[in-house]
Amino acid sequence: APAKGYGGVWRRAWQCGAGRLSPVPRGWRAFPSNARGGAGSAAKCGLVPWVPVVGLEVHAQISSNSKLFSGSQVQFAAPPNSLVSFFDASLPGTLPVLNRRCVEAVVMTGLALNCRVNKKSLFDRKHYFYADLPAGYQITQQRVPIAVNGSLSYSVCVDNKMSRMVTKTVRIKQIQLEQDSGKSLHDDTRSQTLVDLNRAGVGLMEVVMEPDMCCGEEAAAAVKELQLILQTLGSSQAVMAEGQLRVDANVSVHHPGEPYGVRTEVKNINSLRFLAKAVDYEIQRQIEELENGGTILNETRAFDSKLGCTIPMRDKEENQDYRFMPEPNLPPLILYDAKSLPANMNHQQVVNIDWIHERLPDLPSVKRAKLVEQYGILPEHSFTLLNEDGLTEFFENVVNQTQMKPKKVIGWILNDMLSYLKQHSLTVKESPVSSFLLADLLNLLEKKEISSTAAKQVLAELWKGEGKTPLDIVKEKKLELIQDQKELEDICQAVIDARENEVIMVVLG
Amino acid sequence: LDHLERLALVDFRDSEGVERLQKAIQFADQLHEVNTDGVEPMDSVLEDRCLYLRDDDVTEGNCTKELMKNAREKVEEYFVAPPGNIPLPKLEERDTSLEGS
Repeated sequence: APAKGYGGVWRRAWQCGAGRLSPVPRGWRAFPSNARGGAGSAAKCGLVPWVPVVGLEVHAQISSNSKLFSGSQVQFAAPPNSLVSFFDASLPGTLPVLNRRCVEAVVMTGLALNCRVNKKSLFDRKHYFYADLPAGYQITQQRVPIAVNGSLSYSVCVDNKMSRMVTKTVRIKQIQLEQDSGKSLHDDTRSQTLVDLNRAGVGLMEVVMEPDMCCGEEAAAAVKELQLILQTLGSSQAVMAEGQLRVDANVSVHHPGEPYGVRTEVKNINSLRFLAKAVDYEIQRQIEELENGGTILNETRAFDSKLGCTIPMRDKEENQDYRFMPEPNLPPLILYDAKSLPANMNHQQVVNIDWIHERLPDLPSVKRAKLVEQYGILPEHSFTLLNEDGLTEFFENVVNQTQMKPKKVIGWILNDMLSYLKQHSLTVKESPVSSFLLADLLNLLEKKEISSTAAKQVLAELWKGEGKTPLDIVKEKKLELIQDQKELEDICQAVIDARENEVIMVVLG
Repeated sequence: LDHLERLALVDFRDSEGVERLQKAIQFADQLHEVNTDGVEPMDSVLEDRCLYLRDDDVTEGNCTKELMKNAREKVEEYFVAPPGNIPLPKLEERDTSLEGS
């Protein structure tokens, strides 16, 4: 769910992207003018709204068998330094050899994000010193990346209500291919760093988003949509918890009509929730700092999830000069399309943009629209279905096995099944209640053999996972609806007979 | 000079080192004599070659023992490095060492 918090406040004070200055709402950050000796400008008194500006740099690990420039395996959690080739360790005499799958992954992603794919792109070296970068430089694409000028559309809830969703767009500046670094484990007790190069050289796609966002909620929503797209394409598994998707946020604030403020970079964010928190905290911190007459340093800060705040990173030098230079060991990367494809080229050596375009799967936005159209569910339902891994498939399986209308089934999926899953911290795949069982239960309800209250009871029983069928439970707990008219009349009569006084009062009106 | 030393982590140490650097720059300055108007800069002499694309197969790795042979210090198959980035000595200290030689 989108993070609550300061996001709503910023939007009330300043309509993101709408360009209008709305009045400051009552009760929002109004400092009395005498707090600063009176002679300050309105800005210093906190009565002029602030415009927060958020840009993101997302690094997504490419889903491939081997690394970007070497043949060592890509795998999470393996014995230290076991997935390292001589090239990854930067031993002299080794050269980079580009992995075609990584190129295809970036092209797919670029096309899905409406980018222009550069038919000729170049590789560069970015120099800096760190123990987990054995070569002393990272091979990246600084001058001419593979994809540029795209866009990503995402939805945010207005006023935290899922029923009112607004579509926003963030521009994608570029997507480039680059190498990942190894991992450093800091051992402060023995004053040393342990280095594992298993991750060194793994292919990364860096997606650079323009500063079109204005709060933590938007940042998290944009990244969530990007995550879904990457997972749908298969170009990255994009699991933040395993470091396959890393986000750095660039945050600044300024007054409307004035130039952009100094920005800080926030790193070490490893979940969507923390992303929203980190961005909102940083916006708040900058506003407070500026309102107290301070200045913002152009620095890198780390997000401390325990304390919920950002702290300066002492290890990063300010104003790094990366001394970019062309990578002399790699000629330009040439991509082809149907028109430019030479006649006798070896297929294995060709990446055909059009071929990839034709084979792109349905993107999340298309899938959602199709769900709404096909099943008559609400747009916000389609979001929830796609946000939970496997839920769409589950829903469709139930629909196919029951007579109940999809519009009714969706309630059982989103209200009942999903809350049980959350309660037990299970994924859809781990659910003790299969789509078959649920469909069975819903059929009983649809045929009016049980009431909906009874159905909920049965579902609770099914969730115990004891292997019983819905029918078993209904019989066991005698939850069948009484169908016999005579029997119903007898019961009603018995009630009336037993409550003579109440009956008289009802009759008298 | 100081900036360059910090970036490249090269120590020009003594006046001989600085002189050598000056000569190197003079040598490279000869490039300015060539008229390069309207000529596209090259990246490397190999830049018109075809970039070879490799299949996504696992063909290397699993040589921890060999890699560790190069390591002066190691802890359970991890390379050992000093903590973080060690800051360079301050400006005054380094100027003194330059004068001293």
